[in-house]
Amino acid sequence: MNSYYRREAAIGQENLVYTGDMDSREAGFRELEHTADWELYVWAPDLPALLEQAARGMYQLSHTRLADAPRLVREFELPFTDRESLLVDFLSELLFYGEEENLAFDEYQLDLDESSLRVRIVGAPIEDPAKEIKAVTYHRLAVRETGRGLEVQIVFDV
Amino acid sequence: MITISDLKKISDFEWEIPKTFREDMRVPVRVFVTEDLLKEAMRDKSLEQAVNAATLPGLVGHVLVMPDMHQGYGFPIGGVAATRYPEGVISPGGIGYDINCGVRLLGSQISYEEANPYLDDLATALDKHCPSGVGKGGHLQVSEKELDRLCVEGSPWALRKGHATQQDIRRTEEGGQIKGADPGKVSERAKKRGRPQIGTLGAGNHFIEVDLIEEVYDSHAAQVMGLEEGCLALQIHCGSRGFGHQICSDYVGTFQGAVKRYGIELPDRELVCAPMDSPEGEAYLAAMRCAANYAFVNRQVLAHWAREAFEEVLGKHVINAHLHQVYDIAHNMGKIESHEIEGRLMKVCVHRKGATRAFGPGNEDLPEEYRAIGQPVLVPGSMGTASWVLVGTQESMLRSFGSTCHGAGRTMSRSKAKKEIWGEDLRKELEGEGIHIRAGSMAGLSEEAPAAYKDVDAVVNTVSGAGIARKVARLTPVAVVKG
Repeated sequence: MNSYYRREAAIGQENLVYTGDMDSREAGFRELEHTADWELYVWAPDLPALLEQAARGMYQLSHTRLADAPRLVREFELPFTDRESLLVDFLSELLFYGEEENLAFDEYQLDLDESSLRVRIVGAPIEDPAKEIKAVTYHRLAVRETGRGLEVQIVFDV
Repeated sequence: MITISDLKKISDFEWEIPKTFREDMRVPVRVFVTEDLLKEAMRDKSLEQAVNAATLPGLVGHVLVMPDMHQGYGFPIGGVAATRYPEGVISPGGIGYDINCGVRLLGSQISYEEANPYLDDLATALDKHCPSGVGKGGHLQVSEKELDRLCVEGSPWALRKGHATQQDIRRTEEGGQIKGADPGKVSERAKKRGRPQIGTLGAGNHFIEVDLIEEVYDSHAAQVMGLEEGCLALQIHCGSRGFGHQICSDYVGTFQGAVKRYGIELPDRELVCAPMDSPEGEAYLAAMRCAANYAFVNRQVLAHWAREAFEEVLGKHVINAHLHQVYDIAHNMGKIESHEIEGRLMKVCVHRKGATRAFGPGNEDLPEEYRAIGQPVLVPGSMGTASWVLVGTQESMLRSFGSTCHGAGRTMSRSKAKKEIWGEDLRKELEGEGIHIRAGSMAGLSEEAPAAYKDVDAVVNTVSGAGIARKVARLTPVAVVKG
């Protein structure tokens, strides 16, 4: 990691400095090598936690930082058809808030039942957005069950 | 996993993965590449993605891969695939989220020597006149009704608004207006994202670049295009912004259900598709054309403001500071075209994802002045290396669905680039080479470093050696604006 990168404190920055013992954590994410785009490996004990980690990872990849400003709450609901579509829809919704209202979030309350996900998120305006994510893709997207919960690899078009 | 022994060498510039390589392939994969570039490309998953693309229903001929290939999502970047129209499929992921991402080239009679003392001011003025950066809005705001008109009209909308000339329109692929656009097939969210972003560059690998025409290889073609050795040219690389991204996201989402309805089995969910004559396929085609027309307007408006910047900085120092349009082409697009396949003329949808249309001489779709030389093809390099102007050939019509490469192509991952390259160091290095840089983000700059890209000259030598394009001129950057 170079010195410039260290200066870019982002949401979830604490995850970036993990190296050796990363996989011992209950939930987390790390960036994978991808030639043209960004790819994230995410793991968590259950689906709501996986969505939260994916969101934190996405914000970190795009160097998203929150401004020191009054906190704002947003609420929305998404249909639950399958785990992968829910993941794409949830992250896409966060990207839309970023573009439309210049907002990002670092507190997540996610309530999932068999037909929908209810979301309550708390955040603030984005300070100096640095990198653009065009879209969350379905490329090789498969939420897999593991001994410790769930894992997934997500490719972002940038 | 694909190894070099799985490929059959056709020539020094062409290799093939036979249909027998994997059971679910419907057509072979033809790769335009030298052995060296092939070995470089095999470090990522581009060829596996091309094999996946070769499973789409309704494919004809081969799936093609250009020498600037690299791993993308679904299709590889540098991929070309043609499906039989109308019963074959269209795949939004095979066109990409940035629908009609493309390049516009403007030429000038401004000599580099004359302009050199003012290039730093010119970079500043371009940065000021042409809005760029993550999610940034532009100087134009349009109502929803006006956006609907723009989506249908394309570049002629910009002409009506005083942001274009007749020559600009004529020298744009499809005249800057793809017929069959229907704003009724575009979501409210896409329109909301699109309204404030007309005439904006965005971020990532998009740029505005002032170039020096360093060497001319085909003096007749260069003369027809108005490109003169030692003079300046301008490239604009961008697409349909949030409008196109949202349209693609919307349809990749709805097509997840369509593949089940039509019983289509695919190796990757990003390849979702629908028959072009199905309600879903027709709706996507109509929406995609809205985004394509939006992108033509976007580059047109940026060109208008770039002209203002040139006039402001150079108007008092040179005899003629005007920038004339050379051409504007898409490199992420699905187009209904007629091609000769196995001796028969066939109507197909050509998916080009990170590949450029390269129609040869005589094609009626080209503006009259270019019909004898072939379609101009614009191949941008990275911000520290050369770019190329080529022309399409008869060979490209016969062997690559009238397509060729679109750029240098990445070779280094973004994570590696940002670990190894410090944006501020890179900016200084490029400035030291006489390239004036304006960048919204140093972190973004490091990911786009020249070292992260292949050798563009090797890529161009490959398409030229294969005969699917011919060299006209080589350009080198002197000022770059990045979002």
